[in-house]
Amino acid sequence: MEAAELWEITLRSLWVAGAATLLAALPAVPLGLWLALKGGGGLWGRVLLYAGMALPSVVVGLFLYLLLSRSGPLGFWGLLYTPYAMVLAEAILAFPLIAAFVLSGARARVEEVRLLVRSLGGREAQVLPTLFGESRRTLAAALAAGFGGAISEVGAATLVGGDIRHHTRVLTTAIVVETRKGELEAALALGMVLLGVALVVTALLVLLERE
Amino acid sequence: MKPVLWVKGLSYRQGGFSLEVGGLEVYPGEILAVLGPSGSGKTTLLRLLSGLLPPEEGRVEGGFRVYLPQTPLLLRRSVLENAAFGLRLHGVPRGEAHRRAQALLERVGLGTKARQAAHTLSGGEAVRLALARTLLVDPEVLLLDEPTASLDPANAAQVEVLLREAAQEGRGVVLATHDLFQARRLAARVLFLLQGQVVELTEAQSFFQRPQDPRSRAFLEGRLF
Amino acid sequence: MRLLGWVFPLFLMAQALRLATTTSVYDSGLLDRLLPPFQKATGVRVEVLAVGTGQALRLAERGDVDAVLVHAPELEGEALRRGYLAEGFCLAANTFLLVGPPADPARVRETKGVLEAFRRIALAKALFVSRGDRSGTHLKELSLWKQAGVEPAPPWYLESGAGMGQTLVLASEKGAYTLSDLATYLAVGRKGGLEALYQREDPLLLNQYSYYPVSRSPKLEEARRLLGFLASEEAAARVASLRVEGVSLFRPLRGRCILPVGGGR
Repeated sequence: MEAAELWEITLRSLWVAGAATLLAALPAVPLGLWLALKGGGGLWGRVLLYAGMALPSVVVGLFLYLLLSRSGPLGFWGLLYTPYAMVLAEAILAFPLIAAFVLSGARARVEEVRLLVRSLGGREAQVLPTLFGESRRTLAAALAAGFGGAISEVGAATLVGGDIRHHTRVLTTAIVVETRKGELEAALALGMVLLGVALVVTALLVLLERE
Repeated sequence: MKPVLWVKGLSYRQGGFSLEVGGLEVYPGEILAVLGPSGSGKTTLLRLLSGLLPPEEGRVEGGFRVYLPQTPLLLRRSVLENAAFGLRLHGVPRGEAHRRAQALLERVGLGTKARQAAHTLSGGEAVRLALARTLLVDPEVLLLDEPTASLDPANAAQVEVLLREAAQEGRGVVLATHDLFQARRLAARVLFLLQGQVVELTEAQSFFQRPQDPRSRAFLEGRLF
Repeated sequence: MRLLGWVFPLFLMAQALRLATTTSVYDSGLLDRLLPPFQKATGVRVEVLAVGTGQALRLAERGDVDAVLVHAPELEGEALRRGYLAEGFCLAANTFLLVGPPADPARVRETKGVLEAFRRIALAKALFVSRGDRSGTHLKELSLWKQAGVEPAPPWYLESGAGMGQTLVLASEKGAYTLSDLATYLAVGRKGGLEALYQREDPLLLNQYSYYPVSRSPKLEEARRLLGFLASEEAAARVASLRVEGVSLFRPLRGRCILPVGGGR
């Protein structure tokens, strides 16, 4: 594989996984914090959330494929076999991961923060934003988990992305192609790149959290 | 003088523990010491007085009051931002909040540490920071839960100075403490609590010199824990 | 600049022609020889999805692709009858190979016909790996078992459910026989130590790749232009010149089908 194509695939992996992580975090972080405020979201809420972490990616992929297919209900969007469909699929997979991480991290601080805000004469509605500010470390871990899940995902990415060269091929699907072609060395090299990217992004998140 | 905090027929129950206070008034500028052995209900009483814990029966009324737990709750931010936090909750703009916070930090001896991360402070500094944060929101009543319990004498003395000043500013101060000497130094009145019951509520001087109840005598002689 | 365009396709949403094809065609590099000159001549961008023949036809039926390049004449005939594929073009052919371990426990090297070879494998209960994925290769294999009068069954008959390359890897790891196309065998199977044990010019082993536009595709016009290009002499020359280690992978058919579309394989 040429260097230019490797760059292209790596950059695409990065932006697709990054966009998916942000898209998922937008609702997942408030949800996690909110559940933490409500004492953990109740048994069933937690069960649902933790079960969501085990959501099989091919099932998500298949479901989205049927939705986005030209004969599906959202076919007119023309999203199937585009990177945006992959962003959508990976966001769905990252959502429970991020929410669960935020929930378990924030739960430990809820009572303290609530006591502080309330005792200083703050309103209940001000507890959540304060908790958000206090959960930076948790947030970094949650985003790293979401991103790691998204960038290493292959089942849904293949089903809704189609692994089209120069269009939707990402590191994971490229590894599948190279393996299929028997180019095991190339596949291994791509795997190393994938690991490196995940490592760098996680390191950045952790460093950012420390300021 | 009009009290800043008054209590009528207060009762609270949780599990096997119950707490009852028939009547109590706290006046501006006075320091009331809450004494009692561990488990007598001091923390529960302070929380009830703060309004954070709803009573089962009776009423707690009064002006704006703030409760300070034994271990100061510090946010993972700078000392300055911690100090300004209360003001920010009340909608004071950031610039003004920081200016006022900086001024008060100078007063409690933390002026040079304003930019530091709050969790790098020592125990005594953390208590002073929490006090500064509280004073900034201008409460009428301060409810303090053993603020000097884990401090060395020098730090404890600094905190005591701040508490006296708070009272001189016209605030009511309710101070739960284990330290009988501290209570003697600071308090005008004493509330002696035992197993959730008020044993004595009286002038500090008379409590320490002529305790009426045999249980008070036992406590003062160190025979009750 | 082009790199940026590929990575962030925001403004490339003006969609390309989507072609679903089999993994064997894709992995052989045939399309890399055919599509760039077409793209250059016409300006039509082609996006390729590498899936099995079964899935490619399903995608065509659902309207998710604009054209297919497949190798299962019987299914193609059915698709034409049901109307979701438009009139197509027989592009290229090669033969399937029966590959297996050099030790050849079922002694298929000595056989005269491929059906006899299949019977021997069943008789010896030698391991055989099937694709099991409704790909063109899988369908061909199933029809061979049927014609040989054998009902293949575990424990000696394994289904991989994977592409040709992975199936060859599996077969070489397990020392099993399998049916493979020539291109993938040359790329993967030989490295794994598998040997082509039966590769005579047997009409039963003919493998024919055909191109079809999807009839209700909004890109029917472009799909037909690609058909026109594939029918050109330039395309035929490019098909013929694809070689791996001196072996031609495909024989251009120039539209002259050697297997009847719609059955009788």
